[in-house]
Amino acid sequence: MRHTISVLVINEFGVLSRISGLFSGRGFNIESLSVAETLDPKISRMTIVTSGDDKVLEQINKQLNKLVNVIKVYDFTDEEHIERELALIKVTCNADSRAEILSIVDIFRAKVVDVSPRSYTVEITGDEEKIRAITELLRPFGIKEIVRTGRIAMARSPKQK
Amino acid sequence: METRKNGAEVFLECLLKEGVDTIFGFPGGAVLPVYDALYDSKLNHILVRHEQGAVHMADGYARATGRPGVVVVTSGPGATNTVTGIATAYMDSVPLVVFTGQVPTALIGNDAFQEADIVGITRPCTKHNYLVKDIKDLQRIIKEAFYIATTGRPGPVLVDIPKDVFTAPCELKYPDKVHIESYQPNYKGHPGQIKKAMDFILSAKRPVVYAGGGVILSNAAEELKNFTTKLNLPATTTLMGLGSFPGTHPLFMGMLGMHGTYCANMAVMNTDCLIAIGARFDDRVTGKIDEFAPYAGIVHVDIDPTSISKNVRVDIPIVGDVRDVLKDMIRLIPAQKELKAYKDGLKDWHNQLKGWNDTHQLSYKFEPKGKIKPQYVVEKLYEATGGDAIVTTEVGQNQMWAAQFFKYDRPRTFITSGGLGTMGFGFPAAIGAQIACPEATVIGIAGDGSFQMNIQELATAVQYKLPVKIAILNNMVLGMVRQWQEFFYNKRYSHTCVSVAPDFVKLAEAYGAVGLRAKTPAEVEGVIKEAMAVKDRPVIMDFRVDPAECVYPMVPAGQPLNKMLLV
Repeated sequence: MRHTISVLVINEFGVLSRISGLFSGRGFNIESLSVAETLDPKISRMTIVTSGDDKVLEQINKQLNKLVNVIKVYDFTDEEHIERELALIKVTCNADSRAEILSIVDIFRAKVVDVSPRSYTVEITGDEEKIRAITELLRPFGIKEIVRTGRIAMARSPKQK
Repeated sequence: METRKNGAEVFLECLLKEGVDTIFGFPGGAVLPVYDALYDSKLNHILVRHEQGAVHMADGYARATGRPGVVVVTSGPGATNTVTGIATAYMDSVPLVVFTGQVPTALIGNDAFQEADIVGITRPCTKHNYLVKDIKDLQRIIKEAFYIATTGRPGPVLVDIPKDVFTAPCELKYPDKVHIESYQPNYKGHPGQIKKAMDFILSAKRPVVYAGGGVILSNAAEELKNFTTKLNLPATTTLMGLGSFPGTHPLFMGMLGMHGTYCANMAVMNTDCLIAIGARFDDRVTGKIDEFAPYAGIVHVDIDPTSISKNVRVDIPIVGDVRDVLKDMIRLIPAQKELKAYKDGLKDWHNQLKGWNDTHQLSYKFEPKGKIKPQYVVEKLYEATGGDAIVTTEVGQNQMWAAQFFKYDRPRTFITSGGLGTMGFGFPAAIGAQIACPEATVIGIAGDGSFQMNIQELATAVQYKLPVKIAILNNMVLGMVRQWQEFFYNKRYSHTCVSVAPDFVKLAEAYGAVGLRAKTPAEVEGVIKEAMAVKDRPVIMDFRVDPAECVYPMVPAGQPLNKMLLV
């Protein structure tokens, strides 16, 4: 099963390699990874997408917590949360296809962020499913290049009763 | 006017403030400033002959005392030579602080002379490591390094210090306190879990205590003995746990696992309540994991949460310091009447255990006119010292015989590379232990193969007049590998014959040590007696033992613990 894990770490050189080394050294899987500073510049947040059974995830969680630089580990899986990725998709276009591409972009509430005579570059944010859906719809026009970020996630606030 | 100190001088001052009395090291370009400062320092520096030896010595020092071992080496090859020693200490949770010199900060990353990315190399085999990029961080990092190495589950910490940091001007301001937001080890076990564990233990009919190296690391041998004897529980230990429970105690069943006793392994396979204390269910202990302790509910006390439910499912985990938790558990032992009823209820179990113990005991065939049996040598060493000795081992058959045929009544008297299984560990570890405990009798039980892996440290032992006694169980083969070839590879003895070896007696003499040899059983005791009388230099005893001798019992890899080869 796939899990999205958030790891708060001390923002020091080498901390990324400690985390990635832990995963590779123990045979854990990283499907995606994104890292950035938090509001406190001394602390970074890593969002890691990984997979494994409960036993593997328990070890991932414990092993991450054991690293001296790790402050907190949080698994979003059983929690209401928001997940987002961002993708830039450079799609081939011509006079015949422009309108149709733009309408797909519109339907997905994506944006065209660069235009050339033969291509659009589309920016899309959303969960993995949404990005896959637009990719599939744009594929027939000819995708020249696609760049995706790793996933980021945030827990939803508790709802008022 | 007082001249200002530099980083190297302050570094040594920090070590003194940390309570360090001895460092193990080898000089080189990047640590020249440290060695210059050492010229005027009170610190006792042991000059080794190879950096790997330095780390194993520091390791032996640490295991014999519980205090952190300290190493200083230079950059590049000096640093990379420490890796095996660090990995050895990491696997066995030994507190070490290893300081490596590094090329000046301006040259880092330039493939400079004697540059190696030792922080990168040792990341997976240290508890934590540091590169000191700025002199202003030096003292904080030293403090943190000792703190991390010695707290929680102990382990080695490496601190890489560039040469220009050592030469930078600096003022001594060693911090008193450490605060690392992301590192807060938990010592106190959860009271609810402890209660639950005790209720479970007190409801058990066939309980077994399975104690590991964690008991020794947390200085909990007294508590373990109290707990176990008050409840009259049968006890086994891992290799790393030998000495955590008295080896001569009637409740002690011997070691468990691949070369464990019949009784201990049968007990584990039939227990309904396995009480794992500071042990980690290593594959050499469990045998086939799916069939390990099939009838048992498992209580597991460990300070490291990652050890819990890593290899086997645990029913009642308790995360905390073994000593703290045992104290809490002892408090929950019931009063006389109830306790008596519980102990009475264990009678059948103890009878069963006695049956297994009578069925098969550790043994070997002594032939007075034949070849020397290695087990006989170990027994005679035990008799000669009355068990009052620190024993270190190499790895392989010598290690197993030392574990089986010597009895360890006290913690920190059996020092072995259990986790990594490092050949070449035992001799330098013996030197470290002897430096830590000058009055103790220190015996290195060795194989002829392993001993040659750090043989150069003979010069160190001679230089510092250390009376370590090295007993080589010399069978001229790499015995444990040969044993596996005999059992599992159709006796195809591929590259396990090492009969081309030095004459160990002459070799000892060449180094200025004492060399003794026994070729027949009748000579064994005399050689040991002679060796024990030497007080001012190392002794090598070359026991020419039977090369055909194998370690029994043996659970073949991948088999459950009750499938033992007994002879």
